Amino acid sequence: MKSKGRLMLFLMLVLAVGLSFVALRGIGADGKWSAAQIKQGLDLSGGVYIVYEADKENVTQEEMNAAVSLIQGRLDWNGWTEAEVAQDGSNRIRVDIPGVENAEEAIREIGQTAQLAFKDEAGNVLLTGDMVVNATKQVGATSKNGPSEPYVALEFSDEGKQLFAEATKANIGKTIQIVMDDEIISSPMVSTEITDGNAIITGNFTGESAEELASLIRAGSLPFNLNVIHMKNVGARLGADALDSGVMAGMVGIALVLLFMLVVYKLLGLAADIALVVYIGLEMVLLSAFGITLTLPGIAGIILSIGMAVDANVVIFERIKEELVEGKTLRVSVKNGFSRALPAILDGNITTLIAAVVLFVFGSGTVKGFATTLMMGIIISMFTALCITRILVNGFMYSGIYNPKLYGLRTK
Amino acid sequence: MKIIENRRKFFAVSILVICIGIAAMIVQSTAGNGAFRYDVEFTGGTSMEIDMGQECDQEELRQIIEEVTGQSSPQIQQVLGSNEVAVKMQSIDSDTRQQLMAAIQEVYPQAQAGEISDVSATVSSEMQTAAIKATLIAGIAMLIYISLRFRDVRAGASAIIALFHDILVVLTAYAVFRIPVNNTFIVVLLTILGYSINSTIVIFDRIRENKDKFRKNQTAEKIDKSVSQTLARSINTSLTTLFTVGAIYVLGVQSIKEFALPMMIGILAGAYSSVCISGSIWYTLLPKQEKE
Repeated sequence: MKSKGRLMLFLMLVLAVGLSFVALRGIGADGKWSAAQIKQGLDLSGGVYIVYEADKENVTQEEMNAAVSLIQGRLDWNGWTEAEVAQDGSNRIRVDIPGVENAEEAIREIGQTAQLAFKDEAGNVLLTGDMVVNATKQVGATSKNGPSEPYVALEFSDEGKQLFAEATKANIGKTIQIVMDDEIISSPMVSTEITDGNAIITGNFTGESAEELASLIRAGSLPFNLNVIHMKNVGARLGADALDSGVMAGMVGIALVLLFMLVVYKLLGLAADIALVVYIGLEMVLLSAFGITLTLPGIAGIILSIGMAVDANVVIFERIKEELVEGKTLRVSVKNGFSRALPAILDGNITTLIAAVVLFVFGSGTVKGFATTLMMGIIISMFTALCITRILVNGFMYSGIYNPKLYGLRTK
Repeated sequence: MKIIENRRKFFAVSILVICIGIAAMIVQSTAGNGAFRYDVEFTGGTSMEIDMGQECDQEELRQIIEEVTGQSSPQIQQVLGSNEVAVKMQSIDSDTRQQLMAAIQEVYPQAQAGEISDVSATVSSEMQTAAIKATLIAGIAMLIYISLRFRDVRAGASAIIALFHDILVVLTAYAVFRIPVNNTFIVVLLTILGYSINSTIVIFDRIRENKDKFRKNQTAEKIDKSVSQTLARSINTSLTTLFTVGAIYVLGVQSIKEFALPMMIGILAGAYSSVCISGSIWYTLLPKQEKE
């Protein structure tokens, strides 16, 4: 019995130390799953969040794809490689650019109307983007007996047809550059004069890269402008301050809670503290492993849930104390403490979970961040406060620590 | 613990606090500031938090803003104990924002923008709708949960009244301290709801458990006893949560302080309402023969 108890305690300690180690250092040389690798939201890393809306009703999905490609291209050309673009609803595009220095410049750069032009090698404009009626990705053989491969098909307007015929005639054997903004997005070689207004661009395309180029060319004739309807910019310094102070607050808060539990609940408090360390380690590792973006309200959610995580233990320990006062044996008291406290603990967690789920479903970005960590916190803390603490308390008993005073009994 | 005997005093304290809140709302809205300090997230417009780098003359700042934007009544609020100001005005575009920052930096060379946001009328009305929807749905979900959980109608009603009490106290905090009302407002409100109902359930469960230990006309004693038995839990849980939220309040940056302050007040209100108010209301609602 004694050795079983000691083994239980030892395993739980290994779990706590192991998880803390992973949270601090990560696994392997690249520190996988460590707290340092948790993705930071814009309010922590600094950066700009922009929502663009097309100023036209009934935008087609194809047009939106073209607009998204255009923005993605501009982000890449400017070196904002960590930026993220996503369509939001039917006619909106959301852009996150972490760590950008000049937000206003970024906003204008990204949202401006596309300037697509076809130029010859000397840089003379041959025709412009509005003369392109359509650009699509196709798959098929592009030469006699050639293999089937992806390519981009262009279709010009009547005006474009004429100009393109002249342009191809004058540039046979040379390249025509397709330029978006100031960036050359493709420079196909002209092999023959094209008079019917249908050109194809071939090359070493993958299906994806052909689709990308077709989208970008389509964006050159988008029939709408993108207006900024929501923007938020957080200075890099403010973001760093927010992160530092959040981490600091977390550590102070945790230290206070650990100390409080130890002072008030003695040995049981120690069990709760070890469970709490497991909880914090688990939360960090899961945030990191699942690539969940941590925001400032997200940190608040974690810190708040730490306070709530010990609630379950408080309810159980108070119950154990009462059972001991009623004169029951230690083993019965502990057993009853856990089982009788369970309904109250479930209730509390369910009501908070209701709030968190509603916030997650209806909340916007920052609110979702809070709801995510709160939900995670509730679920993880149920596990640690019920299972880990229970194993530890039983471990203490099996190891031969039977003095009821250590479990909260006060003699008068 | 003599909760029931003193219940009128507890009611009075709560009503007093809530009245202070209502008074603050009336005073502020007659002064033209609005009952609450709504953020651009809900009203639309542009807000800029600027660290001026030195002490700043609000009148001068107002003039700079008027010169650049043509708006004569921007809201300027100094963040206590710092050189930071929060400016709120009607929506301006990217170019105007740059011009404004440049104009400010001419007078205050060290001025630096911390957080800038611009919200169009469409987005702000969407956010308002989403916030109201979230609160209503969470409220209904909790009502359903409470009514499933308490088969006794009076117990359910008392728990709900205690919840309303907590909401009103949190609203009072927002009105009195002029805490910006934005999306985190909903976060605070719903978290407090979840938190407070939890404490009430723990106490009411104990009352039900103690049912057989008291005679039918000993309800007051039964409630008092149950509150006393769960008191240590009520206090200790509130304390541990206050430790962590308090740490955020003391150490956090401005935007997180604005979240932590009402949260602390809400936690205190929730603890107070579960211990002193919810059982008392239940008692008040009981028919006479069960009292004494």
